Amino acid sequence: MFKIEARSTVFESSDKIQVELHKDVKHPHRLSFYDKPPLYDVSIEEFETSALNRLRILAEIESSAARNRTWEETKTVTTTQCEKYLPLKSSSALGVDRESQRRADHLGHFVLRLAFCRSEELRRRFVKAETTLFKIRYETDDSTERELFLSSRDFNWIAVDKVEKEKYKQGLLSYHSRVDSFEAERYYKVRWTRVPDLVDKRKIFLKGGWAYVPSREQSSIVYQEFETHLERDLLATARYMPRLDEDTRLKGILDNLSQGFLAGVSSEWSSTSTDLNGQSITADMVDDLAAKHFPMCMRNSHQKLRADHRLNHFGRLQYGLFLKVLGLSVEEAIRFWRTSFDRITDDTFNKMYKYNIRHSYGLEGKRANYPAHSCQQILTSGGDPGCPFRHFSAENLRSALVSMYGLKSEDLNEVMSTVKANHFHVACTRVFEIKHASSGVKKGDGTGGGESVTHPNQYAAKSMELAKAQEEKAAAMVVGP
Amino acid sequence: MLAFYRRLYPFKPIFHWLNHAPTPEDLFTKREVAFNLPGDVMIRYQSFADVDEFKRQVCKLNPTRFEIGPVYTSRPRDRKTARAGSFNPIARELVFDIDMTDYDPVRTCCSSADICKRCWAFIAAAVRVLDTAIRDQFGYEHLLWVYSGRRGIHLWISDQEAMRLTDEQRKAIVNWLNVVPKDESKRLNVRFGSRALPASLKAALDHLAMVFTELILLDQNCFESEKGSAALLRLIPDTRVVDALETQWASGLSSSEVKWKDFQTQIKSYKKDSSQRAQLIAAMEDIILQYTYPRLDENVSKKRNHLLKAPFCVHPKTGRICVPVDPAHIDEFDPEAVPTVTQLLGELDAADGADGVEHHSDWERTSLRPYVEMLEKHNQRMMDEVRRERRGTGTFLSASRSPQLNHSADMSW
Repeated sequence: MFKIEARSTVFESSDKIQVELHKDVKHPHRLSFYDKPPLYDVSIEEFETSALNRLRILAEIESSAARNRTWEETKTVTTTQCEKYLPLKSSSALGVDRESQRRADHLGHFVLRLAFCRSEELRRRFVKAETTLFKIRYETDDSTERELFLSSRDFNWIAVDKVEKEKYKQGLLSYHSRVDSFEAERYYKVRWTRVPDLVDKRKIFLKGGWAYVPSREQSSIVYQEFETHLERDLLATARYMPRLDEDTRLKGILDNLSQGFLAGVSSEWSSTSTDLNGQSITADMVDDLAAKHFPMCMRNSHQKLRADHRLNHFGRLQYGLFLKVLGLSVEEAIRFWRTSFDRITDDTFNKMYKYNIRHSYGLEGKRANYPAHSCQQILTSGGDPGCPFRHFSAENLRSALVSMYGLKSEDLNEVMSTVKANHFHVACTRVFEIKHASSGVKKGDGTGGGESVTHPNQYAAKSMELAKAQEEKAAAMVVGP
Repeated sequence: MLAFYRRLYPFKPIFHWLNHAPTPEDLFTKREVAFNLPGDVMIRYQSFADVDEFKRQVCKLNPTRFEIGPVYTSRPRDRKTARAGSFNPIARELVFDIDMTDYDPVRTCCSSADICKRCWAFIAAAVRVLDTAIRDQFGYEHLLWVYSGRRGIHLWISDQEAMRLTDEQRKAIVNWLNVVPKDESKRLNVRFGSRALPASLKAALDHLAMVFTELILLDQNCFESEKGSAALLRLIPDTRVVDALETQWASGLSSSEVKWKDFQTQIKSYKKDSSQRAQLIAAMEDIILQYTYPRLDENVSKKRNHLLKAPFCVHPKTGRICVPVDPAHIDEFDPEAVPTVTQLLGELDAADGADGVEHHSDWERTSLRPYVEMLEKHNQRMMDEVRRERRGTGTFLSASRSPQLNHSADMSW
């Protein structure tokens, strides 16, 4: 009976909060434990974009871990990416729409919860990435604002008083770095189960199951709290998922999102990048470009086409759209494919292929501007042609890497071990870095600013950009004094 | 074997121990029991509604031994009807396993599977240290130590908090307690820089320093052999001292005790308060820990769903019963004096005399009795606490949930 009463008050109060929410400042702090779900109307578009932007960040955090970036590197890369896709300014920042930034942060988090609560594996990865993001924000947060945030929540720690501190002085001191600062140090007591990371590294004094956490390690309690909190909420969300699956508007988006962790989120590459390089591409240039700038999947398609003088339907679609976005006009595309299929008559070509080429350029049928396939689509496709890193056998991949990119054995082993761990886009990114080392690309730089390859066109565009920059530099050297 | 299960195995105390209460609860009904049958066959995910069914099934399958697993979200035997991904372990005793084989590099009396009264001293030291550490640092009270039947000992911790630990927390406690590196050639790494030992190890060291003299220096005589002294020298971080000792010991055989004294003399050759001396004293402490500190089989403790042999099972090789051990009298425990299954059945035949009537709790009439009583006492303490707690958090709740529980408590009044 008591229980039921208690519950009903909870319900009432949550109703009240819902009403008040619209009046009050909703997100007083930059940091958030995401206690309350978004209780407002959201357009499908906002639903998706907020989640996609956040997913980009989380995917980058994951690949940082896969690429063994140090904490500082991860922090820098993530902060840069956040700046771009998910800016979140401090409360004191001027001239920014704080409320809408925080709303996007809040909404994105909850949408992704829906997408990632479905399996143990997804939940684990999501919690890990989100906790990392929280840590980064916590560390970069303004110290007074962080204090405010901490005091806004009850973390259930017990401040250790003087008497107790004196009682365990010897014990506490043996974990303390400097004797002289001991007097000023403040300690907080929590059950040891709340700071397993500190126990694991034997960093704190333990007595009777209580961990005596010094204020400099206080963040451990906060992170752990965030993690357990999120884990618990995800499990709760997972139980409600079957009901949500009936909503057909959301299901597709959510399915798509949960796949996003596999290959990261790519930008839409549907417009051509010709403006970027200031020149259009002709059919004759493709051979040369393929050797210099194409990612492995597209180089593979190109080689196959040259060797067999044919390419299966999906290969044509994938490669054709890639070339389109690269800047090959429809006339050049027809010329390219016509010369490639040099064993058939004009008549067959016109009948069988020309329509499809024009269709993919949006000139036939429903006249849609089809974007080029992203890594995610290629990775999850059947595998013919697919992504070499995922769909090739280990031996084939090994020899292809040597023949196409001339990888040295130590680089080769590194790439292969990444592939073995199923980090395909990381492997591809690494190949990009190795290939462009002469242009000053270092390990961990990715395609710029630490970004991973998430789209074949991104790979090619960045590669061409680097080459152009180098050319200009060389030209400047010649012209210069 | 069947007679052992039918007449001797203390099913009821084991049930109480797993269940923490007199009437079946989730802790028992959703608990995995796995049977090991002859020929390396293993039947997993068995679970029982009550103690009678438990006994019936054991007698039916007559396993060589059986193991205890975790409590799951639903009954393990019905796991196939559970929704995908919703059958997960949620609770289990925190368990530790100390195995003599991990001590092979530092014992000279036996090796691998053998164990004698002399090497038991290693286990005894480990039990002392762990028992104190867990009670003092982690505040757990319901610790049951069980002899594994051959060359090791298990620890089962049944405190509420311990039962609920996640895998991550279990890993943390293992890393907190585990000190000796797996790789024998590595030195201990327990200090931050050149600082004193952390409090948890300082406490252990006081006891282990005594053990070290008696066990390592005198009994096992670890450093007498060339190999033994080479191992010791590897652990000394000061090349000058190592060179000096090497030449000193090259001439002839001297005992471990003498060598240890030589080492201490060398330390004293450095001035008091000099950094070299502090470093060597730290190294000396580390060596004592390296040779005597408990060596845990980590994998047993880290995962909730690890299976561990149930107490009172028969060890298939030795025939000895896995009996509980009192940590206060661990030094007097003699593994070779533990009753074997043949011995017990013999005692039973003798006690039966001519009537030959089978009784349920025949263990009372054999030398198994003190061990079962030890478990019953342990259970009593545990169940008292559970009962107290339920009263405290709301009589209302516990009364409605298990009326028999309060009733029986009143009766015993």
